[in-house]
Amino acid sequence: MSWTTEQIAAMVEPDRAHRKAYTDPEIFDLEMERIFENTWIYIGHESQVKEPGDYYLAQVGRQPMIMVKDKNGEVQVLYNRCPHRGAQLCTARKGNTGNNFYCSYHAWTFHLDGKLESMPAKQAYEGTNLDFEDPEFHMARPARSDNYRGFWFAKLSEGGPDLRSHLGESASAFDQLIDRAPGKETEVVGSCFRMVQQSNWKIFLENQLDASHPGVTHESTGKSAQQVEAKIRADGKEVPLELSFLSDFARLGHDGWTKFGTIGFPNGHSSLEGYMGLRPDDPDTNEYVRRMYAAYGEEKAEEILAVNIHHMLVYPCNSVQPPLQQLRTIRPLGPDRTLTEIWHFRLKDAPEEIYRRSLAYYYLVNSPSTLVNADDLFNWWKCQHGLESSAREWVSFHRNAGQDIEEGDKTYSAPDTMSEMPLRHMMHAWRDYMTAEKEA
Amino acid sequence: MASATEILAAGNAQAVADVSVETQLAVERFLYRQAEIIDEKQWDDWLALFGDDGIYWMPSEEDQVEGDGEPNVFWEDTYLMQMRIARNTHPRAHSQAPHNRLCHVVSNVIIESEEANGDLIVRSRFHCAEYFRYEVRNFTGKYRHLLKKTGDGYRIALQRTDLVNREGPYEYVLQWWL
Repeated sequence: MSWTTEQIAAMVEPDRAHRKAYTDPEIFDLEMERIFENTWIYIGHESQVKEPGDYYLAQVGRQPMIMVKDKNGEVQVLYNRCPHRGAQLCTARKGNTGNNFYCSYHAWTFHLDGKLESMPAKQAYEGTNLDFEDPEFHMARPARSDNYRGFWFAKLSEGGPDLRSHLGESASAFDQLIDRAPGKETEVVGSCFRMVQQSNWKIFLENQLDASHPGVTHESTGKSAQQVEAKIRADGKEVPLELSFLSDFARLGHDGWTKFGTIGFPNGHSSLEGYMGLRPDDPDTNEYVRRMYAAYGEEKAEEILAVNIHHMLVYPCNSVQPPLQQLRTIRPLGPDRTLTEIWHFRLKDAPEEIYRRSLAYYYLVNSPSTLVNADDLFNWWKCQHGLESSAREWVSFHRNAGQDIEEGDKTYSAPDTMSEMPLRHMMHAWRDYMTAEKEA
Repeated sequence: MASATEILAAGNAQAVADVSVETQLAVERFLYRQAEIIDEKQWDDWLALFGDDGIYWMPSEEDQVEGDGEPNVFWEDTYLMQMRIARNTHPRAHSQAPHNRLCHVVSNVIIESEEANGDLIVRSRFHCAEYFRYEVRNFTGKYRHLLKKTGDGYRIALQRTDLVNREGPYEYVLQWWL
């Protein structure tokens, strides 16, 4: 079938969504067209490409893209496609392409800004319609690319808001990744972890802000961590602080999980307040705070450290955990397959132990051997299979429905709840993206 | 004293040591038994393979020479191993219902170096099939063990496991060591 705007709008109700939004291949294609190839999508951080010729591949919707540092030190975002016969120009996921891009098929070469440089026996093109100055024969550029403080995005369609307007208050996630550094800079650590979720991309986003799942899904992790902590104490050793990232799941209890408010922002962005012991009273944290005071002054440093976000969802593609310097970006592959890239950032001039603490989180929670997300990914896979069943047509978002608090352009969850407000909020944004009139 | 990763990094990963047949057999027996222990999920025996400071390491990058302080696919001391065992065997470990099954084959065992005290660096190759969620996944790669000789047999000071596809993307995740 072909979905009409009315039919798509009818898939989202105030407190539920239709299962086919998660399973239908045609809906997925429309999502790629109307969301991922139409709004601002994360490409990467400038520290991934330091020297001229350094490049990194990224996927925007169904389009293969390259982020490259040009000879002037500017970051360029280009399509990874030769305008001659369509061959991809870079195949390694990252590298340095030298002074130009070189096509392995017919040796067309391109400057690092994508302009056609040359090809063998080029006199054969004299008198033809091939024009070296015509962008048609350059590596294609996205309609727009821009960065917010070194975090690069591309937008493949004309029109719509600029990047800053699109991000709105969700930009605070990127501010936090930088401002929490006493050296006021941040950079990626190594490469990213890449995992394939065998489930729809929206299931992942919904999970990130679903406060009612961690105590259930991660019960085995929380309780096991408490056992190991007890054993380490019994051995007369000091329990590493990082283990609390795991034991917190058992420690918080039902009431604990109701303390973390969520906020919905325009364009589908949303946030969950922080809950992990992010500012313990230990010598390394105190040294870090001292360096922050020295860098920013006490008042400004406290203002930065007071920002309390566990996850910021930058719709539709990022989940950022600023206090732990983690950034996940999703690249949907199909209705039931989603590639995630998970990055860890290092805060310039923070104590080594602070870096190691967030590295431990990166390992324990976000690595391919995760002791936490293994159960999440499994739940999402089970949801995907369940949603393929026609036993029920709807997905329920009823928890605390009707109690959301609207203030200006923001929506707050009801206090002391594990409200599904963010899930409702994201599906309403999804409906708006999917049914928007195409701009001329 | 050099750390276990420094000892591995300083070793010649192409060297072949001239060891006795007895040593070769003892090492092969140790590696085969390790594979059997994980396949049969004998977790107390697994922990006993490692020395007190023993580390299981799976780097995330090909050219990685240090695991400490770097992103890794695995970097676990015996406490983290106990954490993994406790979690994966917990009745509420939803993603282990049903439990997976592993089947290792270890081969190409080459002893790279032998110290006067009997400590060894050993290279080998492995293939592991995992049956999980009614499908089979395959993992292949190489091991490099730093083995300490004790009065009670060998203990692993460091096991480095390099998957051929270490950079991913990983379909789902790895819940057990390979």
